[in-house]
Amino acid sequence: MVDTFTIRNIAFLENGPYSLELTAGECCGLIGASGVGKSQLLRAIADVLVHEGECLLAGTPCLSFSPQSWRKAVAMVPAESFWWHDHVGPHFDTDGGDTVLLKDLITRLGFDMDVFTWQISRLSTGERQRLSLVRTLVTKPRVLLLDEPTSGLDKEMATVVEVIVLEMCAGGQCSCLWVSHDPEQLSRVASRNYQVELHGLVELPLCM
Amino acid sequence: MHVISLSAFDLSLAALLLLLLAGCSFRIGLGIEKKIIISGMRMTVQLLLVGLVLKVLFASGSLYFVMFMSLVMLLVAGYEVWARQTRRLRGSTGYLISTGSMFVSSFSVAFLALTVMVGVDPWYTPQYAIPMLGMLLGNTMNGVALSSDRLITDIYKQRGMVEQRLLLGQSWQEACGDIRRDCMRVGMIPIINSMAAAGVVSLPGMMTGQILGGSSPIDAVKYQILIMFLIAAGTGFGVMTAIWLISRRLFDDRQRLVLDNLTSAKAH
Repeated sequence: MVDTFTIRNIAFLENGPYSLELTAGECCGLIGASGVGKSQLLRAIADVLVHEGECLLAGTPCLSFSPQSWRKAVAMVPAESFWWHDHVGPHFDTDGGDTVLLKDLITRLGFDMDVFTWQISRLSTGERQRLSLVRTLVTKPRVLLLDEPTSGLDKEMATVVEVIVLEMCAGGQCSCLWVSHDPEQLSRVASRNYQVELHGLVELPLCM
Repeated sequence: MHVISLSAFDLSLAALLLLLLAGCSFRIGLGIEKKIIISGMRMTVQLLLVGLVLKVLFASGSLYFVMFMSLVMLLVAGYEVWARQTRRLRGSTGYLISTGSMFVSSFSVAFLALTVMVGVDPWYTPQYAIPMLGMLLGNTMNGVALSSDRLITDIYKQRGMVEQRLLLGQSWQEACGDIRRDCMRVGMIPIINSMAAAGVVSLPGMMTGQILGGSSPIDAVKYQILIMFLIAAGTGFGVMTAIWLISRRLFDDRQRLVLDNLTSAKAH
């Protein structure tokens, strides 16, 4: 059910080209100096940043997808999350979505189901980050692009996030690219790690 | 009843009032006395010139002359709308969109009114065509300019939110839909308010002019009602055109938000 994800010669602005292949259910870590363009790389892969090169999902190039279906399949969770309704609920597809999965994620990330009636303006940074992750995970993307998904979380919650993502990968539901500043975290979640340089990716030895 | 002609002396008396205002501005340090005097003079010269042009235009009544005059008015209105935006689309696109929206809001509506509603013969009779187009351009310009400027500013400021919505798989229309609707409302609310206030709070200028010129109040009111409907409709359609065209330009064919299409009107 999961498919190979190919990043082929992606280049943007002064960066690239970057190439990488994710096998089914794999989680790869990306690390690199601040400002080198890690987030931009994820944005290019999600096709919201103008770029050269192409990404292929199970052999089908990005351009063969509509922009919407590509971004639903290859979903990015940006480091800073944005909310546009007054309350949490309307941001989630509560009718058509997988309510069992939604309930499971919400509970494991420390919320009750009444979180959907909460006001956005009263959420803390960490709460926003966790809810933003749920918002994307519940749509069941085939490739997950995570930009420092635990930067605002305490150690316990960070572990919960790690476990959830690893389960989804291991369950064959998706592959994952995980950007982090924390080599220890990447050694826990990723099977391979890459250093993002200005002009390419350098594979790092395991057990850093 | 014949309209009383104003002498140069009458006008200078009124101009004295403005000088008095400029004096006050200087005295209390408002610092806008120069602006008051310059725009006062500018207005006088512009209107005198237009008076001369209209005199010639009315005498000739030629279609080409009317078309030429209307085209100049349209291009200037388009420029005004474009110039009022703090951030603009790069290249000539922004100007073309502004002018196109003004065409929709004024040209097409004025043409419809002249041919169908007023039914003057020929339809381009300058005594009707030029004032009507002028009223429409002048009054719909605010709405179109206001909403265009607001759209670009809002999308620029809320680019993170718009992109977040794209990342969640929404189409570009959904991703900026709230902003687009807000901006359309912003452009249309002033004319809706002035319709509500017409006659009660304010006597519209055109009607006042007609009454001073000797028309019966009922005739003047009928024309005013017509012009109000036209302005409101023109503003609405012009605003929708501008918002649609500009927002489309802010996304590329892969529905990415491309803000490097924008230049800032400020020096930096």
